[in-house]
Amino acid sequence: MTKKKTKKTSLVLKAPLTEKDIKSLNIGDRVLISGTIYAARDSAHKLFGKNPPFEIKGSILFYASPTPAKKGQVIGSIGPTTASRMDPYTVDLLKKGLKITIGKGLRSQVVKDAMKKYQAIYLVVPGGISAGIAKHILKSTIIAYPELGPEAVLELEATNLPAIVAIDCKGKDLFEVGKKKYQTK
Amino acid sequence: MREIVAKKITQTVRTLCIEANTNLSEDVLAALNKALAKEESSSGQEILKQIINNAKVAWREKMPLCQDTGLAIVFVEIGQDVHIIGGNLKAAINEGVSSAYDKGHLRKSVTKDPLKRENTGNNLPAIIHLDIVPGENIRIRLLAKGGGAENCSAIKMFNPSSTKEEINSFVLDLIEKNGPNPCPPMIIGIGVGGSFDYAPLLAKESLMRELGKPNSDQETAAWENELLEKINATGIGPMGLGGNTTALAVHIERYPCHISSLPVAVNIQCHSHRYKEATL
Repeated sequence: MTKKKTKKTSLVLKAPLTEKDIKSLNIGDRVLISGTIYAARDSAHKLFGKNPPFEIKGSILFYASPTPAKKGQVIGSIGPTTASRMDPYTVDLLKKGLKITIGKGLRSQVVKDAMKKYQAIYLVVPGGISAGIAKHILKSTIIAYPELGPEAVLELEATNLPAIVAIDCKGKDLFEVGKKKYQTK
Repeated sequence: MREIVAKKITQTVRTLCIEANTNLSEDVLAALNKALAKEESSSGQEILKQIINNAKVAWREKMPLCQDTGLAIVFVEIGQDVHIIGGNLKAAINEGVSSAYDKGHLRKSVTKDPLKRENTGNNLPAIIHLDIVPGENIRIRLLAKGGGAENCSAIKMFNPSSTKEEINSFVLDLIEKNGPNPCPPMIIGIGVGGSFDYAPLLAKESLMRELGKPNSDQETAAWENELLEKINATGIGPMGLGGNTTALAVHIERYPCHISSLPVAVNIQCHSHRYKEATL
């Protein structure tokens, strides 16, 4: 909902998000994520299917599972996992109002089409910069499936977590555009 | 005959796991800096800077470079004049891994069964490759291998009539198909020859060569260069957002094979190349 510009002019996105928030975003836009986001990956998706253990409408879902926190830390290293592995579960969640997914790598055409249909976007955060990303997480709580260990569902409080719009709700894909621009063969 | 206590092996494996996950090696950093100097895309430059900066943060704060702290793949060369005392070799290696992942706050990323997906809770078992070599030392090489890049790897059994160009196409198609998924800029390890089991092992072992050091065989070194240029011409770039740095290096190893066969295995490694070794 909250959307304001920081000094660097990156948009700050905060859940719950509306269709209007999503419509204004285009591939290549730099955004900052603040507020509540949920972290879930393979095994949790398999378990919750169409009914995630959190309010899905307007929410932000980060495909991630951190390393264990050391004493005094809020969270260990955290970063995106490959989003396409969650493709089989994503359409149902978009239908229910999931607005932003965050991960790394490609999405299937089916998911891209559903993002267009239900007005949602996909953000990319670089993989393997997870010690740095941890600085943008203020709080982490396990909300479901603690038995999954690192794959438990987490509620995170983020602050200015930097991300790039990779697929927008108009069906545009930054991976295709970026690659074409630098292709030299 | 030299005696080495099993506990020493445990301690070494433990140190290697923690070091590999928190301290990005000099050769990888050098390759990233070299790539940054050449990268034309602004998002590519930014991502390379973030990767280099992350290595500094991880080293300073003793935090894992990546949340996927990997499956521990351990290559052990045992001198034939070594006698291991006070324990079992494989148990000693596994104990080193579980201790590192527990005490070192590394993520446990191993499932007990590939279909039932229950986490073992201690990152065990490690994948262990043993070799007996002359001498009285033990050399331990450890790769903390993330799942995302490993998933992008492949093997193909070519016919002897196949050309180098056909092999290049196989590698390039694989890279194109996976695009941003393996966390480029990647390191590409290729095993050519051997058998259905041995070609992937060659590919994996080639990843542990000093990054960017060409194969000692000139013809193979030229092939590595040729493929690296072709891979970087795809435009995939850092994290797939476009750019000229899709791979940091291509390492190829060749090996004799059956008169009917030409196995080719491609093992893909992410930019967070976590590798350390030690000799006891």
